[in-house]
Amino acid sequence: MTRKQRRLILIGSSLGVLAFAVALILSSLRESIVFFNSPTDIADNKAPPGKRVRLGGMVKMGSVERGYDLQIRFDVTDGNRDIPVSYRGIVPDLFREGQGVIAEGHVEPGGTFKAETVLAKHDENYMPREIVETLKKQGHWQETAAPNAVPVKASAK
Amino acid sequence: MIAELGHYALVLALALALIQSISPVLGAHKGDVALMKLADSTALAQFGFVALSFAALTACYVMSDFSVANVFENSHTQMPLIYKFTSVWGNHEGSMLLWVLILSLFGALVAAFGANLPATLKANVLAVQSWIAAAFYLFILFTSNPFRRLAEVPVEGRDLNPILQDFGLAVHPPMLYLGYVGFSIAFSFAVAALIEGRIDAAWARWVRPWTLLAWMCLTVGIAMGSYWAYYELGWGGWWFWDPVENASLMPWLAGTALLHSAVVMEKRNALKVWTILLAILTFSLSLIGTFLVRSGVLTSVHTFSNDPARGLFILIILMVFIGGSLALFAWRAPLLKQGGLFAPISRESALVFNNLFLATACATVFVGTLYPLVLEALTGDKISVGAPFFNLTFGPLFVPLLIAVPFGQLLAWKRGDLYGVAQRLLAACAVAMVGLAATFAFEGTQAVFAPFGIGLALFVMAGAVTDITERTDLRSLSLATIGRRAAGMPRSAWGTAVAHFALGITLLGIVCASTWGSERIVALKPSQTVSISGYDLSFDGMVRRDGSNYRETAAHFTVRKAGSVIGVMEPSKRTFPSRDGMSTTEAALLTRGVSQLYLSLGDNNADGSIAVRLYHKPLVLLIWLGALVMALGGALSLSDRRLRIGAPKPAARILAQPAE
Repeated sequence: MTRKQRRLILIGSSLGVLAFAVALILSSLRESIVFFNSPTDIADNKAPPGKRVRLGGMVKMGSVERGYDLQIRFDVTDGNRDIPVSYRGIVPDLFREGQGVIAEGHVEPGGTFKAETVLAKHDENYMPREIVETLKKQGHWQETAAPNAVPVKASAK
Repeated sequence: MIAELGHYALVLALALALIQSISPVLGAHKGDVALMKLADSTALAQFGFVALSFAALTACYVMSDFSVANVFENSHTQMPLIYKFTSVWGNHEGSMLLWVLILSLFGALVAAFGANLPATLKANVLAVQSWIAAAFYLFILFTSNPFRRLAEVPVEGRDLNPILQDFGLAVHPPMLYLGYVGFSIAFSFAVAALIEGRIDAAWARWVRPWTLLAWMCLTVGIAMGSYWAYYELGWGGWWFWDPVENASLMPWLAGTALLHSAVVMEKRNALKVWTILLAILTFSLSLIGTFLVRSGVLTSVHTFSNDPARGLFILIILMVFIGGSLALFAWRAPLLKQGGLFAPISRESALVFNNLFLATACATVFVGTLYPLVLEALTGDKISVGAPFFNLTFGPLFVPLLIAVPFGQLLAWKRGDLYGVAQRLLAACAVAMVGLAATFAFEGTQAVFAPFGIGLALFVMAGAVTDITERTDLRSLSLATIGRRAAGMPRSAWGTAVAHFALGITLLGIVCASTWGSERIVALKPSQTVSISGYDLSFDGMVRRDGSNYRETAAHFTVRKAGSVIGVMEPSKRTFPSRDGMSTTEAALLTRGVSQLYLSLGDNNADGSIAVRLYHKPLVLLIWLGALVMALGGALSLSDRRLRIGAPKPAARILAQPAE
């Protein structure tokens, strides 16, 4: 077998595997990407009911209600619109009123967001970037609450 | 004073790195031995100064010197001593210092143990290593100085993020960085070979042990990170396809491919150009991983803070090194001579197959990880690509790869006999079929993939065993022959068999834990009992206790199986007053063999009940055990006489001249 033939086999099979991978990527990307939405987006019906999306914002003060059998309801707000969220299960440690939260799930016909997963941040100083941008867009972001702000003045030394 | 000393030592290391960036290259070009030799001393001294700098920061932490901003933000006087050590790298600045510490360590190791390298190759390798080092020293000094002082000294620190107050922090980052940064050696060798325009089998023999070492550390680092996430984050999952996890998986996949292609190059002098390219890509992926994690473009446990300047700086480093090395590759690679021929059915082809699939799998992870970032930059749409994408693309690519593993091990070099190999694998095939049929009979059609997963895992494991039995001639039934052959077998052959066997172990763990694992989320009142997979857990009540820098509320559970007590589980919640009452959930684990019961606490409800999340994870420990055994296989291979003693001399003795 000549070098040329060998190379052809190699290139042919590589292209075959790559084509297979591209087909896999394209088919699964369509099904498994999840869009991030602010409460305003949801209120404007940007996410069709039943479609899996992420909703990010702040947990509205005074909105958390715990019900029977680990049911929990709360409102997610971006300062402009509020979206009621229902969830059954255990919320993360840093899930609190007035703090950032991301819920993944879908909008139900009544307008309630049914969450399958609730994510909170891992560090009390840290705010997920998506939420910062959502709040900035609505004009409710204060730089004083910036992540990792050092309360005492730092010198450059 | 100590902080300033550390800062100054880092500046000196930068100065040395700048000298080392230029002098050896000049020396190698002109054939000036003195200039080339200079790199040995500067590499060692560089490591000395970075170590001093690192020691200075550690001292600031141990002495709780809160006048240093970094210590103030991440430490606390009441924190246990071990966390004062580990929190040195539990933050952005300190972890970058650890990064360069390891980088300079590897440079020093090449300088110290590279005596049998051709002088010009060694000089160029050390120079390239120093380019990387200089870039990262500049990054630390300009954007992430860990020794910054505060004008007013606070009385108490703000404590380390409680999630990081764990033994995992002592193991996971150092091992991961040893892996990431260890690949820089393969990169430096590749770039040096391109500069010289010359490469031979001896080159692969020098590169392989370094790659192997980095790969072992990365394997352990990833496994440790996965186990840590599993018990600390309280979700009971062990891999989330989080972008940051993917950032560590990509160099691992590319590094695994590199490990295999370097074998072909070493034994058969083929696949040279591809091996060079893989070496460049592997370290490039490590750099991309560092960028993704350290720049704050991603949101995760690993992100400490956002600073656009840092992201931009790393992005520039990234573009210079990846772009530069790929341009050099495009320019110089045609100079490298083609290697030996091999038939489409041969060990070489099997390793090409391995590389093809590993590289493609790596590419799919790359697409899934970076697509959201690119899409957001282009259209502003924010999306996330979750586990389903990776399972759908990664799985189908790994199945053919795993099926091929036992075949590749048994095929002969140059021209193999697929039919003969298939015959020798009949026993392994039979084991796999029995496993598949048994699972099928036991489970029926409930879990479609499980029987095939079990069959595949058994096939990989039995294939590795077949390799050993064939080599030791187990069928001869003469103990003396077997013993002699086993002892005479090269360690690298043992290493291969052990690492491939471990692949089967991990797969078995993944299949079992995900198929037969069960989960319950319930609200319980004291004296109530919850049952899972034959275990009964009764909730006895709450216990309160104080830790050194936290308060803990634990729930006491007694675990029974068939009426008899087999253990106690105490999942807890810890609150950290120093962190404004931030709390963490500490899951309780009860290990039975290699299976685990996993219990973590949720919120207290108004009616006095507590929410608990309970999992039974059959054979889950095999996942990480497999990774450890895999690394052990690497260690066996590393201890091979061939690699320990180094390459035969002839190639080294020819006075290499730069190809023009």
